[in-house]
Amino acid sequence: MFDFSDVTTPLHAFLSRLLGESLAVVTECVLVAVALISIYAVFAMIMIYAERKVCAAFQCRIGPDRVGKWGWLQVISDVLKMMTKEVINLRQTDRFLHRIAPFLVVTASMTTFACLPWNKGAQIIDFNVGVFFFLAVGSVGVVGILLAGWSSNNKYSLIGAMRSGAQIISYELSIGMVMLTMICLTGTMSFSEICQQQADLGWNIFRGHIIALPAFIIYLIAGNAECNRGPFDLPESESELTAGYHTEYSGMDFGYYYLAEYLNIVVCAGIAATIFLGGWAPFVVPGLDGFNEVMSMIPGFVWFVGKTFFVIGLLLWQRWTFPRLRIDQILTLEWKYLIPISMTLLIGMALLVSFGLTF
Amino acid sequence: MNAQDIMFVILAVLIVCSSIATVVTKSIVRAATYLLFVLLGTAGLYFLLGYTFLGSVQIMVYAGGIIVLYVFSILLTSGKQERLTENSRLKSLSALLLSLVGLAVVVGIFWAHGFIGAETLTAPSEAATPSMHQIGEHMLSTDRKGYLLPFEAVSVLLLACIVGGLLIARKR
Repeated sequence: MFDFSDVTTPLHAFLSRLLGESLAVVTECVLVAVALISIYAVFAMIMIYAERKVCAAFQCRIGPDRVGKWGWLQVISDVLKMMTKEVINLRQTDRFLHRIAPFLVVTASMTTFACLPWNKGAQIIDFNVGVFFFLAVGSVGVVGILLAGWSSNNKYSLIGAMRSGAQIISYELSIGMVMLTMICLTGTMSFSEICQQQADLGWNIFRGHIIALPAFIIYLIAGNAECNRGPFDLPESESELTAGYHTEYSGMDFGYYYLAEYLNIVVCAGIAATIFLGGWAPFVVPGLDGFNEVMSMIPGFVWFVGKTFFVIGLLLWQRWTFPRLRIDQILTLEWKYLIPISMTLLIGMALLVSFGLTF
Repeated sequence: MNAQDIMFVILAVLIVCSSIATVVTKSIVRAATYLLFVLLGTAGLYFLLGYTFLGSVQIMVYAGGIIVLYVFSILLTSGKQERLTENSRLKSLSALLLSLVGLAVVVGIFWAHGFIGAETLTAPSEAATPSMHQIGEHMLSTDRKGYLLPFEAVSVLLLACIVGGLLIARKR
């Protein structure tokens, strides 16, 4: 299996010899940040294109097909348009908060993006409380959304922000509970250890069998709600609230919300791939040695990205299949159904682990 | 000055400036935002010390919980009174006195424990701080250093808060 620390360790040694310890670390931080931001942007473009094409397929349309072959240049021209547009300053608003809100949202999204384990040894943030850190940083984005709604000085924005805040805070609970269920199985909160364990023992969704599968389904539902996406997209329901909390934003300030929204889907899918589907661990079947050999030849990041896009596919399918819910239905679904179910799953998993019924 | 010290200075300046801005600003939502930066800076200090668990708790509970609660309640309640009223002379004086007392206490503690004059911060690595297993065991143990009783007492407090909230929110 390809181990990315084979690349990073010599690089660190080389830089330390060249620049000294502190400067080497600073250089590495800059390199990692550049890599992170470029991967973030590339994934955003892929996501926007995929979303439009998949949406078109579900609605029996063709989707963008004018700019470039199959419309693949459409996204790039959209990005250029977004970056060259004027940022409009509104009168009678709190300009400081209005400008700072998108940065809070996009910073939270980028920090969660940095938690993803791309390959063995290729992980940017890897604390021993990784899962907890991920949940904590993800919750900061809500502040940005609420501030955006308030500082726009617009009733529709404010209602959109309130709906979004209430929804995200509620669904964070069941996401946390489901993650706790899986931590109960793995016994560790570090993403790298979770992946390594699954490479050694098998994917969590098979190890936790009857509990892990419903947990995965709950995670998909709650993840879609966390990202403010249909059927839970009423914070920005265009027919009643124009566009929700980012109505008053223009140019790149709006672009940051757009970026964060799409990247949150990638992060959500990546975490699902990590804690349920093995992260970078290859698919192996005990007994079929030849097959396992071939699977282990495929490098880890291909597995990780492949699994992430599989989960993204499930999320897009969910988004374009169900009609939008009302706010009371959303909150009822969370507080009366998902939370009790995920609590039961947590207890069930604890029982499975203590009686040794997991694989 | 090593990288550790530079990061500490950056975080300390962020915390101090944001704290002053929090109490000086007139707009209550801005005060909440500056408070968010103070709390994030404090979390940064914990990360600098290698204690990632406490840093995550700080972000989760204060930045993600308390500040969201503040902003939510400001959005739900405020109308015209979004700006704070002018302070009276007596109020400003007593506040000044209180903050001086606070400063004296903090400096006194620093002095008593010999923090002032220590050369540089040498941060423990993440491995040197308590692991999740140890924290979990202390949290749920009934030993001398166990935290089960405070843990349960806090949950009773939270239950009381929920009941109180329901009582206030009920229409009848």
